[in-house]
Order: sequence, then structure tokens, then C-alpha cells
Amino acid sequence: MTDMQSQGDVFFVRQEVLEAEPPPMRVHGVWPWMCANLFNGFGNTILTLVGAAIALWVVIPVIEWTFINAVWNGTREACAAQPEGACWTFVKANFGQYIYGRYPDPERWRVNLFLVLMAAGIVPLAIPSAPFKGFNLLYVFIIFPVLSGFLLVGGVLGLPVVETAVWGGLFLTLVVSFVGMAMSLPLGIILALGRRSKMPTVQWVCVVFIEFCRGVPLITVLFMAGILLPLFLPTGVNFDKLLRALLGLSLFAAAYMAEVIRGGLQAIPKGQYEGAQALGLGYWQMTRLIILPQAITIVIPGIVNTFIGLFKDTSLVYIISIFELLYTVRNSFSDPTWAASTVPTSGLVFAAAVFWIFCFGMSRYSKFTEDRLRVGYKR
Amino acid sequence: MSVTDAGRLNVSRDRWYNNPLYRSILLQVLVVAAVLGAGYWFTNNTITNLHDRGIASGFGFLSQRAGFDMVTFLNVTAESTYGYMILAGLVDTIAVSILSIVIATILGLIVGIARLSTNWLIRTIATVYVETLRNIPPLLVILFFYLGVLATLPDVKNAIQIAPGFSLSNRGLFMPAPVVGPNFHLVAIAFLVSLVIAFALRRWAFARRMRTGQTFPSGWAGLAIVVVVTGIAYVASGDPLTFDIPVKTRFNINGGWDLSPEFTSLFVALGVYTASFIAEIVRSGIMAVSHGQTEAAKALGLRGGPVLRLVVLPQALRVIIPPLSSEYLNITKNTSLALAIGFADLVAVGNNVLNPTGQSIEVVAIWMAFYLGLSILISIAMNAFNARIALTER
Repeated sequence: MTDMQSQGDVFFVRQEVLEAEPPPMRVHGVWPWMCANLFNGFGNTILTLVGAAIALWVVIPVIEWTFINAVWNGTREACAAQPEGACWTFVKANFGQYIYGRYPDPERWRVNLFLVLMAAGIVPLAIPSAPFKGFNLLYVFIIFPVLSGFLLVGGVLGLPVVETAVWGGLFLTLVVSFVGMAMSLPLGIILALGRRSKMPTVQWVCVVFIEFCRGVPLITVLFMAGILLPLFLPTGVNFDKLLRALLGLSLFAAAYMAEVIRGGLQAIPKGQYEGAQALGLGYWQMTRLIILPQAITIVIPGIVNTFIGLFKDTSLVYIISIFELLYTVRNSFSDPTWAASTVPTSGLVFAAAVFWIFCFGMSRYSKFTEDRLRVGYKR
Repeated sequence: MSVTDAGRLNVSRDRWYNNPLYRSILLQVLVVAAVLGAGYWFTNNTITNLHDRGIASGFGFLSQRAGFDMVTFLNVTAESTYGYMILAGLVDTIAVSILSIVIATILGLIVGIARLSTNWLIRTIATVYVETLRNIPPLLVILFFYLGVLATLPDVKNAIQIAPGFSLSNRGLFMPAPVVGPNFHLVAIAFLVSLVIAFALRRWAFARRMRTGQTFPSGWAGLAIVVVVTGIAYVASGDPLTFDIPVKTRFNINGGWDLSPEFTSLFVALGVYTASFIAEIVRSGIMAVSHGQTEAAKALGLRGGPVLRLVVLPQALRVIIPPLSSEYLNITKNTSLALAIGFADLVAVGNNVLNPTGQSIEVVAIWMAFYLGLSILISIAMNAFNARIALTER
């Protein structure tokens, strides 16, 4: 009875089994992903449709032009007959020229060796955990440049001399950008230190130089190096056109580099300077052992970004008629045996792809170091 | 450590060449001497060289007759002076820069915001755009538009119509040219007056909001005033502005404005290229506003639009403006790449003047003066603007 009694108090007792709930929304797989990222809401759906229209409108013609309609083999006639597709056979025919310029055929192994030596120096330098960083720096900044100078110019050990006038193509682009990078880094450090110096004349000289270079276009600096430098030097003294361009480019890049490094120097807390001085270190010891290692590590992404800019800027030596990659490509369009309407576009797309691979690689590297340095601040 | 050791240390420290003050003075004297010496040496060499080549230095050549012709915005003939030629180049540089800046800003803003979209497709398109263009030299982009796009367009007979009056062909971009009628100044005055009224209304609305907390839609009201007043003036003065629309004839297009392929490819290429950098600046600026700000604004009951307009953008602008100004400066400097495609900007004209006259120092000095002057002007303007919007803390 007590049982009945208690049951009477209960308001509601379910007699039958509940129906099964619908399964939870799928969160993995293509359709739920599309629902969450592409079609969540009215506005977004419209945006997605507009985006898809733009993408298809661009991507389909590009794929058709690059692959489906492209001419991969044959001669000018094949390209002239197919105005709707890229003329890759033209790029293939000129490939050697695009890489080596007019460097004589039997000597091209020297360029190849140079490229291998360069990779052997730069790759381990870029890997943070690779050992022997000290020797590596010595190699990249001193041994490698001297070695490759002799290798590429020749005139020693029975190597025939190759004039810089016949250098060209991607290889020259790499030479110019390497020299620019290797020169601009130490010069930039000196300029940055000078700008932060307490000595007014040193400071002013550095500020004027940096602001001057940053205020004018690179072309005018190259013109100065190309046209004005011979005027500035004693009559009869003249040096190689490529060397003059390299000088102009390096000084120009050094000004930008100096600003990046100054940023790093300013980020070092004052305590580091005071600590170093308290240990009895002099200015140069303090700078070399305490300040610069920290300052440069912080600004590695900035340095790499400056390198990317420099690499892109090497294309400007085109304007003073030095046969770097872009000028070699541009020059090959005037070849009358390859007169077809698709030739310029194909050549430029090839050059763009080469520049893009290098710059994109460097920007990924910059991102990698940024992430590596910012471990502590990750959200 | 013995006393004698310490004594020796002291002795070596007392030498005058170890004194920081003397060292600093010595170093500075050396630097000044090196700079002055190099300057003297270069000047001396230059004077000798110029004398040997029979070139008279100075800016006298600017008033000489040029004897060559160029296509520029200002009307230049072979009878024009070198000075006028350089002025024409300057005008061209400024025209290209302004057009590129407008394109780059609008496109960059759109792409930058698109990169932060929650929509995967839009975000990806924006990322591909930025990563593609950012990693290609600007000169290549210009050459691509010039040789790869504009040169392959159909000829004038089969020109592509983009919009009524606008057509694109391998002769460049044709567009309607505005023709100003006799009473146009009345419309301009009406426009200026209405602008002043709208501005006054805005100030009044702001003051009232500060006083009473009541809002007034001053933006819409101001826009209405400007449109209505200018519209009335336009109709009343008898349709003073007409457009000269390019007309396609059998072999040519006549009338309207004809932007040369060089000019079109230069400003389009620079605009499109720099937009990828501006997009990154906009993106980083918006991301620099901490998420707490957005959340706080939402907690106060603001909706999406006002959150962006009143809270996020004013703070993002602080981060965006300085790099944006240097990007504008970069556009102006990159217009010098016009030389590669033969558009007559300041550098290309200077190059043409430099070859026949040999006045290389003067021409380079003019270039440097213009670009340096411009960068100083822009940095002054941007510093002033920056000071206005800078963070005001208690």
C-alpha cells in the first residue's frame, strides 16, 4: 500500500521507451565542412557563388592556356598555329640561355659547380640545427666568394677567361643577388651601429646615407653607378659594368638592411648593454658578443624579407642592359625565328615562375624562423 | 693579484689613446676627413672629366630646344625646351602614381579584408592573389601587362567593350572624355558650398551628440545635401558637362581619351602589384586589434557593422597608416620602371635628355631632388596624420 501511496504522489511516469534522437550533425567530411565554411548563412552563400564564378572564370582559361592548348614540342610554326595556348617549346629551346646567358657552352660546368658550391654554403646556414655555424659563415662570406670569383671569371689554373659581358640568365641573377646579400648584411650592420652611435658626425653620416638611399628609386642609384661613377673617378680609371651595378645595388640594399637591423638593436633591453658594460666589456666586445647575436636573431625574418626585395630588385639591372634573367628572357623575344604571338607571354610566365619559386621559398623560410622565434608568444 | 699588477693595469688605462673621449674625437675627425676628402677627390675628378669631354656644367641646358618628341600628357613638341620636357615627365610620373595609388588602395583593401573572411573560398582566392603577386618582381608584372596582355589584345577594329564608352585594344584604353561647358563653374561653386554645409552639419551633430547623447544621421543628410544642391545647380545651369564618347570608325577610334598601352599597363601593373602589399598591411592592421576589443564592443550591444566602423577600424588605422604611406612612396618610386616599356616618366625623360646633352650630373640631381623632396613631404604629412590619430592615453 505504501507503494501505491508513493506512486500517487509522482506527477508523471513515462510508460514507453523514448524514440531515438536523430544522430548528431556530422562534423567531419566534405559536406559538413562545406556547410560550416562556405554555406553558413545567406550572405556567405552568395559570396561563395561569386568567388566560385571568379575562380572558374580565371582558373579554367589559365589551365587551358598553360596545359591543354600549350605547345610542348615543335618549332615556331606549331606555336603560330596555336594562338590559344602557351608556347613552351620556345622556352625549351632557349632554356640553356635562360640559365647560363651567353656563357660559352664548354665552360658551363663552371657555372654548375658554382651553383653547387653556393647551395653547399647556404643550405646548412639556413638550417638552425646544422653544426659548424662559425666555419659556415666564414665559407659563405669569404671562401665561397673568392673561390667562385676565380671559378667564374677564370684566368687561373688554365681556366679560360670568361668576360662578365657574356654572363647572363638565372645564374647572373643569382650572382647579383648573392653579392647584394653578402655585401648588404655587414654594411647594414655597420650603418645601423653608426646610426645609433653617440658620436654626432658618425651618426649624421649614416643617417644621411640611409635616408638618401631609401628616398630614391633603385634605378636612379643604378644610373649613378653606371653613368656618374666613371665621371667621379680619375680619367682612364674604369671598371667593369657589372661590378659598378653590384656596387650600386649593394649600397642601396645596405641602407634597407641597416633599418631592419636597427629595429633589432632597439629591441634589445637596456639591461643587456648595462650588463655587458658591468662585466667590463668594451664597445666592440659588447657589440660582438652580447648585442649583435641577439639583435640579429630577432630580425632574421626582416632580413629575409629584405633579401626577397633584393632578389626581386636584381631584375632592375635589366634597365642598364645587364643580362640577368628577365633581360635574357625579354631579349629572346626579338629572335625572328620565333616570331609568334604567344611567345612573349610564355617567356614572361616562365621567368615569373622562376622568380616566384625563389621568393616564395624565402618567404616560407622567413615564416618558419618567425614561428620558431615566437614559440613563447603562441596563443 | 699583486699590487704591481693592478698598478700596471692602471698605467695602461691612463694612456691618452685609451680615453673614450679622445677616441671619440679622433674617430669623428677621421670620419669627417674621409667624407670631405672623398668629396674633394670626386669633385676634382669630375671637373677634370667634364673639362676633358667639353661639357659645361650647370642648369643652362634646361632652356635649350630639345629637338626630340615624346608622348606625354602635356603637349610636347620637338620645339619644346629640355626644362619643359622634364616638367612633362614629372606630370606623367605624378599622374601614373595617383592612378596606381587609387587602384592599389581599393583593391588592396578588398583583398585584405577578403583574406580575413570566414568564407574559405574567398579567403583562398585572396591568399593566392597575394602570394602570387608579392613574389614576382614589379618590373616583370609591368612587362607582363605590356607584352603579354595589352600587346596580345585585338586591334582597334575588334576592340573589347568593357563598358559603354570604354574599350580596350592593343592601342590602349579608350574612355569618354568630360567636356566642360560654359556654366560649369557654377556647378563647381554649388558643389563646394554644399560640401561646406555638410561639414558644418557634421560638426553640429557631433557637438550635439557630445552634449545630449542623441545621434543624428549627419552622413546621410550631408550626402543628400551635396547631391541635391549640386544636382539643382547642374540642371539650372543647363547641362554644362558632356562626355565626348569615343566612336569606333572603320579603322580607328575617334574622340574621347586614349590612354596609351604604356600608360595603361604601367598603372594597372603597379596598382595590381602594390595591392598585394597593401592587402597584407590591411590584414595585419585588423589582426593587430586585440580580440577583446571586438568582444567588448559586442558585449556593449554593437552589431557587426558598427563594431568594424567604430571600434576595430579606428584602432587598425593606427597600425595601417605608417606602412601604407611607405607603400604609396614605393609606388611613386616604382613608376621609374616606366623606362623599361618606354613610357615618358621623369626618369625616362631624364634619360632622353641625358644622352644628347651629357648633363648627367644635373639630370641625376633633378631626379634625386624630386624623389627625396617627395619622400620628405609624404613623411611630414604622415607624421602629422599619425600624431592626430595616435593613442591618447590618460
